[in-house]
Amino acid sequence: MLRIALPKGRLGERVYDIFASAGYECPELLEGSRKLIFENTKKQVRYFWAKPSDVSIYVERGAADVGVAGKDILLEYKPDVYELSDLRMGVCRMCVAAPNGYTDNINRVLRVATKFPNIARTYYQSQGRDIDIIKLNGSIEIAPIIGLSDVIVDIVETGTTLKENNLSVIETVLPISARLICNKASYQFQRNEIELLRKAIERQDEL
Amino acid sequence: MYIDESVITYEEKMILALRTLYSSEGYRSYKINKFEEYDLYVRNKDFLVSDGIITFTDTNGKLMALKPDVTLSIVNNNRYEKGKLQKLYYDEKVYRVTPSGNGYRELTQVGLETLGDIDESTESAVIRMAALSLKTIDDTYVLSISHTGLISALLEKMDLSDEQSARVMDYIREKAFHEIETIADCKESKYLPMLEKLIRLPEDTENALYTLKSMDAGETFSSIVYSLEAVLKPLHGLSVRLDCSVPANMRYYNGIVMNGYVKGIPQAILSGGRYDPLMKRIGKQGGAIGFAVYLDLLEGMR
Repeated sequence: MLRIALPKGRLGERVYDIFASAGYECPELLEGSRKLIFENTKKQVRYFWAKPSDVSIYVERGAADVGVAGKDILLEYKPDVYELSDLRMGVCRMCVAAPNGYTDNINRVLRVATKFPNIARTYYQSQGRDIDIIKLNGSIEIAPIIGLSDVIVDIVETGTTLKENNLSVIETVLPISARLICNKASYQFQRNEIELLRKAIERQDEL
Repeated sequence: MYIDESVITYEEKMILALRTLYSSEGYRSYKINKFEEYDLYVRNKDFLVSDGIITFTDTNGKLMALKPDVTLSIVNNNRYEKGKLQKLYYDEKVYRVTPSGNGYRELTQVGLETLGDIDESTESAVIRMAALSLKTIDDTYVLSISHTGLISALLEKMDLSDEQSARVMDYIREKAFHEIETIADCKESKYLPMLEKLIRLPEDTENALYTLKSMDAGETFSSIVYSLEAVLKPLHGLSVRLDCSVPANMRYYNGIVMNGYVKGIPQAILSGGRYDPLMKRIGKQGGAIGFAVYLDLLEGMR
């Protein structure tokens, strides 16, 4: 039985389509109910919806054999999993953003508000820069506006949210996209099935 | 003397089964009857599985520790004898911080070590013991073997910066070939296809060795492949696979490294390898190879 954790939302639905066309269909899933677990016993596959930031936990702990998680989550929490493929979906970037017209003072300790303290720390460490990290859980854009921080490190997609709050990107930290991950132990015992999924994703990518 | 089997717990049964296995193959039981100095662990901090050591002050004022690991003690107390092998097994209580970071816990670590003048047949014997240990726990198991030298030899050919090499090694560990392709100096490298082959070695050992032999990555690489072939040859019939994703802290491990899995447990329950560098760090002569089995991970399974 191959257990797959899909991130709730449009990305998860697109990934399901790819897996379904690879032979792991589970029509029940498309019925639009509020069920969270779906099984196709004939195809020996079980899907469940999870909060996107939780997928990696399910996979690391073996509750799911395979899952799809954003590179931001993988870099921030570093779950002990295999990362088999880049889906090239959910593409965005991790950026440093600051209020328009911001000028950096290298002599001051930079106050950075972020949902991703580990990513921020690693990034500034590579620059040899000492920073004060303020971990927030949401609405990060407010922080520099009300003086809680100088800059923010956050995910940027279209940039609209930043623009509407008079912030702009001053540096790109790294590109982000959705990744296919799998449990290391599951890979040992279900390698063929897991590789089949990986190849299906990569074939889709080529189209 | 009558023993009612129903009073024996699953973990106790496993420990007894493993002890039976090891002693039947000529390994000697090693008991640690003293506390080690905290200093031993501090000096080799990243050999340990987790941070955090329980310490206490001895009656003579020395700072001692409740051991978080057994291998360090065995190495520390080892006496080298030329041409001889110390073949030991142990089952000891160790004290570590819980994975969630909340408090300490006591758990049983079972393991096997061979110290002294190690050769290919010694390596083969220890790997066999690791595979049989897994088999004792469950018929469906996989023992993954890697050799740090294979990856090092290939990276050396690629002329990468230290930072790039470190990244490539991380990606090999994650089986993330797609990430290696994004590293500037790797993308154009003629060795890129070889990295892909290393990451995607066939399950079957013979096919994997064939793939490795077909790679033109220099003399060092080839000699390691032939050595691996000799080591793995006597292990036919055991579920042993070549897998370069087995992680290794190069400060302590150099050569063969291994991870063992049993069906139903989501992480490796066995890990080990050749740790000559650790021997050297502690100022000991000779080589060493061994492994530990983490029985606490089997909890709740049966």
